[in-house]
Amino acid sequence: MHSIKTSFAALAAASIAASAAMADGHALSGDLKIISDMSNPAPRAVMEGMVADFKEMHPDLNIELTIVDREAWKTQIRNALSANPPDVVNWYAANRMKPYVDAGLFADISDLWAEPEFEALASTKGAMTLDGKQWGVPYTYYQWGVYYRKDIYEELGLEEPATWEEELANCQAILDSGRKCYTIGSKFLWTAGGWFDYINSRTNGYDFHIALASGEVEWTDDRVKQTFANWRQLIDMGAFIDDHQTYSWQEAMPFMVNGEAAAYLMGNFSVAAFREGGLTDDQLDFYQFPVINPDVDYAEDAPTDTFHIASGAQNMDAAKEFLRFVTSADNQTKINSGDALGQLPVNANSSIDNDKFLAEGFEMLSNNAGGGIMQFFDRDFDAEMASVGMEGLQEFMVFPDNLDDILARLEETRQRIYN
Amino acid sequence: MTVTAVPDTSPPVERGWYKRNEIAITPWLFLLPAMLFFAVYVIIPIGQSFWISFHQWDGLGEKTWVGTANYERLLGIGDQNIDRKFETSFWNNIKWLILYLLAIPLGLFISLFLNQTVRGIRLYKSLFFFPFVISQVVVGLVFSWFYLPNVGLFDQMTGFFGFQIKGGMLGNPDWATYGIIMAGLWPQTAYCMILYLTGLNAVDPEQVEAARLDGAKGWKMLWYVIIPQLKPATFIAFVVTIIGALRSFDLISVMTNGGPFGSTRVLSFYMFEEALSEFGFRMGYGSAIAVVLFFIMLGFIIYFLWSMYQDEKGGR
Repeated sequence: MHSIKTSFAALAAASIAASAAMADGHALSGDLKIISDMSNPAPRAVMEGMVADFKEMHPDLNIELTIVDREAWKTQIRNALSANPPDVVNWYAANRMKPYVDAGLFADISDLWAEPEFEALASTKGAMTLDGKQWGVPYTYYQWGVYYRKDIYEELGLEEPATWEEELANCQAILDSGRKCYTIGSKFLWTAGGWFDYINSRTNGYDFHIALASGEVEWTDDRVKQTFANWRQLIDMGAFIDDHQTYSWQEAMPFMVNGEAAAYLMGNFSVAAFREGGLTDDQLDFYQFPVINPDVDYAEDAPTDTFHIASGAQNMDAAKEFLRFVTSADNQTKINSGDALGQLPVNANSSIDNDKFLAEGFEMLSNNAGGGIMQFFDRDFDAEMASVGMEGLQEFMVFPDNLDDILARLEETRQRIYN
Repeated sequence: MTVTAVPDTSPPVERGWYKRNEIAITPWLFLLPAMLFFAVYVIIPIGQSFWISFHQWDGLGEKTWVGTANYERLLGIGDQNIDRKFETSFWNNIKWLILYLLAIPLGLFISLFLNQTVRGIRLYKSLFFFPFVISQVVVGLVFSWFYLPNVGLFDQMTGFFGFQIKGGMLGNPDWATYGIIMAGLWPQTAYCMILYLTGLNAVDPEQVEAARLDGAKGWKMLWYVIIPQLKPATFIAFVVTIIGALRSFDLISVMTNGGPFGSTRVLSFYMFEEALSEFGFRMGYGSAIAVVLFFIMLGFIIYFLWSMYQDEKGGR
């Protein structure tokens, strides 16, 4: 009697456990803690919308969303990940992940990337890979390129340049009309990094650029010097606005809005600011950075923003499901539309919003970036190399004669960091 | 009912341990909270900075012991060159220390000017004191607009005299540090002024009277009668100005962010950049800079403590 009773109880317990396990397979439960850096108004609404949608799909899941200021997050992420970690966090692709991967704070999610749905994200797989494993998923990216004043080009009878020679000829015509070719605000350094990315990858190709970023090439290499020589052609012409080292990128915008400068090498996020500044789509247009060396393929800057799972996540299943949801084609279409983030979806099956800059950018990145996708100077290079490097680039733009000294300094830094 | 008187058999009450040692213990009890906080927030962190400065550490993983390698790199000991950023920061610190002291005479003269009784003097005093009340960040922002090339007021003023700083005050690596120091002098002068104003209240009118009878006036009166009596105020003004110069950080961060090309860094800013900024988290190297800055400050602090000690001794 006794034994029957216990075995019955055991059976009952086992069946309860089994049904719990089955329920787990269908619906997620428990808590999901997300910390996001999407703090600007539009991204914030997107993030809150995503959480609401995900919550609707999994009603038993209790989602706790914390939104942190985007700039503050760049230093707060360390504390957030090491003490009482959340399940899902925002961060950036490429070398920027390295400290957290090395410290074992990001979870390896190679199993997610092995799923067939993730083939649609192949374009950014490289940027999410470190040590042969994947550490996060992308949710958005945006193209870089030259935004220019179409009306000024038309007034001077200029075409979008496709080669460096055309570029220089255009620039001379613009200078002759009493304007500057390019506006730039290099106070916070990174804008100069964009120029280096483009001129270097157009001169020496994507592979060389990435080799330089990973410290395999000397800064004093002749090929690097060729990049700077090309850049210097523009500087010596006076192509850039004066005193750019005192402006932030926003402070440099009025030069273009007022027609004192004709173009701006920038990310697509600048379009919103241009429109706010009063430029219509008839006045503002976009072209891909021209070819310098015809032997190398186009490589493009397209910084990718990402989601990651903390290795200390409490609810790994829910976190992975959230990443699947974030990268799904429908969701990426929705969050990247013009009235949401206004950027490009990474999922190849997503559709693009009806915006001429997004359409042109998507076309460029999908079909005309055969060389590869760069994440941007401060994400591809080691953090210390990037900060010393961008400072050197800014100095070069103001005092091009200091080049040898700058390169020697960068080389010294490279040897210390990568050896 | 009879009440039995119980004889008091217990010996006189032994006084408690605390009661017996009250005089010796109480001061320590009062000091304890302060000592505890001073240890936790000042002494122990200083020790930790020293400890970290002998390591290579990214703030996340394991610390690696590197001995004095951070200092060797910083000071260029051995076969490497001295860290140029450190060199620039150090000399900028010296510039700050020297030029910031201008706040003392400036403050003195403004306070002498304001130390009179005319209608509305309180309003004038508070207007002069105003820059010290507003945040350094606001001061930095106002001055960076003031210095803007082409459109800024400063550029227009120098342009009027046919003198143009290439790149604007803050865009020119030779001028930017002086521009920031000038911005810093504005609130610091106000601070020194208020110290001298209170000091002037304590000046003995009888001595001034006596000096006047002896025929002292103008500069002689100031130099031989007033300034010696302002010595305590001068000392405090000197202390706060030196400390202020060594702590200069917010103005640099707001006005130039260390640029152009790192020409306006000072040690505290460089330390922050290496240890805590977006591209930083080289804790060991940052701590080594902090330790160097600590020793520079220690020199001044010892001097301050020593002269205060001398004063106390004289006062007895």
